Amino acid sequence: MPTTLTAFADVTTSDSALRRFLHGLPGVDAVGLEARAAALGTRSIKTTAKAYAIDLAISMIDLTTLEGADTPGKVRALSAKAVIPDPTDRTAPTTAAVCVYPDMVATAKAALNGADVKVASVATAFPAGRAALPVKLADTADAVAAGADEIDMVIDRGAFLAGRYLDTYELIRAVKEACVRPDGTAARLKVIFETGELSTYDNIRRASWIGMMAGADFIKTSTGKVGVNATPANTLLMLEAVRDFRAQTGIQIGVKPAGGIRTTKDAIKFLVLVNETVGEDWLSNHWFRFGASSLLNDLLMQRQKLSTGRYSGPDYVTVD
Amino acid sequence: MSESSSTRLSVFKTYKLYVGGKFPRSESGRVYEVTAKTSSGGKGKWLANAPLSSRKDARDAVVAARKAFGGWSGATAYNRGQILYRVAEMLEGRREQFVREVGEAEGLSKSKAAAVVDAAIDRWVWYAGWTDKIGQLVGGANPVAGPYLNLSTPEPTGVVTVVAPQDSSFLGLVSVIAPVIATGNTAVVIASEKSPLPALSLGEVLATSDLPGGVVNILSGKAAEMGPHLASHQDVNAIDLAGAGAELAKELEIAAADNLKRVLRPQPVDDWTADPGTARMTPFLETKTVWHPTGSLGAGGSSY
Amino acid sequence: MASLFEYAPAPESRSVVDIAPSYGLFIDGEFTEAADGKVFKTVSPSSEEVLAEIAQAGAADVERAVKAARRAFEKWSALPGSERAKYLFRIARIIQERSRELAVLETLDNGKPIRETRDADLPLVAAHFFYYAGWADKLDHAGYGANPRPLGVAGQIIPWNFPLLMLAWKIAPALATGNTVVLKPAETTPLSALFFADICRQAGLPKGVVNILTGYGDAGAALVEHPDVNKVAFTGSTAVGKRIARTVAGTDKKVTLELGGKGANIVFDDAPIDQAVEGIVTGIFFNQGQVCCAGSRLLVQESIHDELLDSLKRRLSSLRLGDPLDKNTDIGAINSAEQLARITALAETGEAEGAERWSPECELPSAGYWFAPTLFTNVTQAHTVARDEIFGPVLSVLTFRTPDEAVAKANNSQYGLSAGIWTEKGSRILAVAGKLRAGVVWANTFNKFDPTSPFGGYKESGFGREGGRHGLEGYLDV
Repeated sequence: MPTTLTAFADVTTSDSALRRFLHGLPGVDAVGLEARAAALGTRSIKTTAKAYAIDLAISMIDLTTLEGADTPGKVRALSAKAVIPDPTDRTAPTTAAVCVYPDMVATAKAALNGADVKVASVATAFPAGRAALPVKLADTADAVAAGADEIDMVIDRGAFLAGRYLDTYELIRAVKEACVRPDGTAARLKVIFETGELSTYDNIRRASWIGMMAGADFIKTSTGKVGVNATPANTLLMLEAVRDFRAQTGIQIGVKPAGGIRTTKDAIKFLVLVNETVGEDWLSNHWFRFGASSLLNDLLMQRQKLSTGRYSGPDYVTVD
Repeated sequence: MSESSSTRLSVFKTYKLYVGGKFPRSESGRVYEVTAKTSSGGKGKWLANAPLSSRKDARDAVVAARKAFGGWSGATAYNRGQILYRVAEMLEGRREQFVREVGEAEGLSKSKAAAVVDAAIDRWVWYAGWTDKIGQLVGGANPVAGPYLNLSTPEPTGVVTVVAPQDSSFLGLVSVIAPVIATGNTAVVIASEKSPLPALSLGEVLATSDLPGGVVNILSGKAAEMGPHLASHQDVNAIDLAGAGAELAKELEIAAADNLKRVLRPQPVDDWTADPGTARMTPFLETKTVWHPTGSLGAGGSSY
Repeated sequence: MASLFEYAPAPESRSVVDIAPSYGLFIDGEFTEAADGKVFKTVSPSSEEVLAEIAQAGAADVERAVKAARRAFEKWSALPGSERAKYLFRIARIIQERSRELAVLETLDNGKPIRETRDADLPLVAAHFFYYAGWADKLDHAGYGANPRPLGVAGQIIPWNFPLLMLAWKIAPALATGNTVVLKPAETTPLSALFFADICRQAGLPKGVVNILTGYGDAGAALVEHPDVNKVAFTGSTAVGKRIARTVAGTDKKVTLELGGKGANIVFDDAPIDQAVEGIVTGIFFNQGQVCCAGSRLLVQESIHDELLDSLKRRLSSLRLGDPLDKNTDIGAINSAEQLARITALAETGEAEGAERWSPECELPSAGYWFAPTLFTNVTQAHTVARDEIFGPVLSVLTFRTPDEAVAKANNSQYGLSAGIWTEKGSRILAVAGKLRAGVVWANTFNKFDPTSPFGGYKESGFGREGGRHGLEGYLDV
């Protein structure tokens, strides 16, 4: 097992100790949080700042396909798009990763063919997470063995909502261990809370701390499969969590909002949140990601507008 | 009535101030002569020597009123209502005494004086009923355009100086004191200069009515002497000028500006028995508005 | 500020507003020069650029304006409430239509960020007129008895911190209740009131119902003293408020005063910290702290003092000070050289008295009037910066140990306008809110305003309430 952070050794000794710790975190006032997120949403990002933000956003995308209908062809097309997002303008950056189901990892890996785009795989009985622990660990190990650079796991929301915080913590630790490759390196672990199911901001803050203490490399809002996915407010809250965690431990953790971010305007709002909450240390795809699919084309159209002065249209970006 | 009683020498009462629940003489040691008013309005027989209060008495009264404010304003409205009702009960028992005192003070026949005292007793009952209603009348939730609960509540303004009416020595007096304390304020009262005895006797009633000491403090003497000190006193929050003449009222209003007291200017009152409405309560109420976010039950839900 | 993601300038267009080189007084429906021909200049505080030359009202102009208002009163007060309502609804709508223009104008003349004029001032201005419009034909139901009567001519004097919003707070209830108005805006921010005069023209408001006298304190004093003024409404300093209270003594003039404050923002150790930090920032840096209800005293529970101060300082470092017309500006200019001098002097006193001063790194523009967001720590109740209203972006930080002590310190002030409470414990909010001697208490929020919400102070913060049903009382003969 990975070593427990010494700072938190005491709080993870029992369910009750962990509960006391989590319930001792500062509360979240929903109206105030949402008002702050909305206020940052009114920032006006123009010209050079917009160009920077668009390229940064493209470079932060985990280009995602997570459908029952996914086929090798679909995954190959997605991978090609990740490497060359805009065939008409090769200066467009690659996306950070493609994100697929475990059984598509090998296909994606091959399609990417050594390009500087990571393969992320969901695992642990994504998206519901309703499976026995050995199944979840096997799911993870399978994806890692197939070449996944990153694992996007889901927590057991049922356990969390039932107050079994220690189970939630131990699950993440177990998956973290399953991310280790035979050579001792490890896939980076993103922990999905499914914030829409946790429902309250207090829960999201507590889940964030469980994830961070258990060794998550990223904390991630959502699967994209429920009604409410990433929002400016829940992402702001998670950014505050990683900020506070680093202040306390020195350990930096990434954040990934996923689901529902479809427009350039949305993406820029999230980047403003990052910029003004945690600052430039998080302004790279090593520390911030977007889980998205249609977002990429909107960013590319806006990028074309900036470079040509004309508004672009959907026929001038590729459909994959 | 027996033969012997008609020749019996009566026992005079020494009229004293009512301050902080106690009955002190004026610290100045001064008194002034109070005489009856004849039915034609002239000067009648000697009634008593009333304390001629000094500015130091006034200062002591403010200290007592401030000390009592926390408890009285913090009491439940129901409790305040019960105590005001108790005042009416105690007055009813002393009705004959007040009929005599009011008759002598205002030159009224016994039946007219009785009507005045009855009206004064009924006025305590009226205000006893107001203590737990005025809040709903003048406060409430405000429908703000946002996710907030916004609630306005009336609160007593604090220590109120009351210059009691000069002519209506008892009904007028009760009509200005009761609304001030019904709403949770505490009062420093300057009684009618010429006719202070009903006011000083009221102190005795208040002292036996479960009213905490200091809630009402009654001073006899000259409004023109004490008034300026009370009007400029930095620990007094409001002043009711009901019994001040135009010139004195203006002087006191100017002095009251030193700490921006709430000022209720003197208004002509033809008939103290008329329905007083809420107009003597609201000037001594502050409106406090409290905001709190309402938030939501949580955003989300599964759509598998 | 992160250097990687540098926001490019995003200025709001100035072209939406057309400022004339000179403006007259607005009396009896006409723009007119001052009787003695005097003028003054209004400048943009962020650049010191002269925006326009403005007629300076004197006693003779006050006379003219009050006469006009008196003449207009008879017909205006006799109009059915439903008709008065429609004028006010028209005004509300025209303000909404012209809100971008007015926001830019206000930002130019006042120096506050366009983000605030656009998102706070102007929406509230329109909402205020819309709200009171609805009262005009419902006064019988307002709780002041049947057929409550207007007072007559209202003399209204407003400050420079929210020029158009304070105008709305004054004019909307006055007109709804059937009064006519002579309003004097502050000498440093006359423009939006003059634009409002034009809105009255567009709305077809009968002449003389609203009169605008631009000028200085002498004009305001003449207005207060004028024997034919029935109502005085003033928002401004406590010193002037006291002067007004003395002036009207012995008259029948009804007065409402909305004066200074030294609001305590109380943060308990169980507060929602991130939101509390935002509330502290909003509380003292909204409108550069030039707000009577600003949370200028931070009372923080000693056990979380260091942690909270770290968070607060980090947050202050992300504030963007500069061109008020830039849509990303958080902190604009101080309204005038005079105000800047007052803030500067009080801050120097704070230092001289031993409080510890801190500001984030922050480059101030070379032209205009600017003051960096400033914190004072190690402040006690005895410090001048804990007692005097600074009316600027200066926060004094004090500590407390128990709720009792917090309340005692919060109330230990001659003022009683606003207070804040931050705690997740509901019963503590109610207990503390109940004990605070302040007219508005924001719990787990700060600096929220709404036309339905009565606003006004305890103690030397003034008397009377503006806003809501309560706001009608000051304009009715009740």
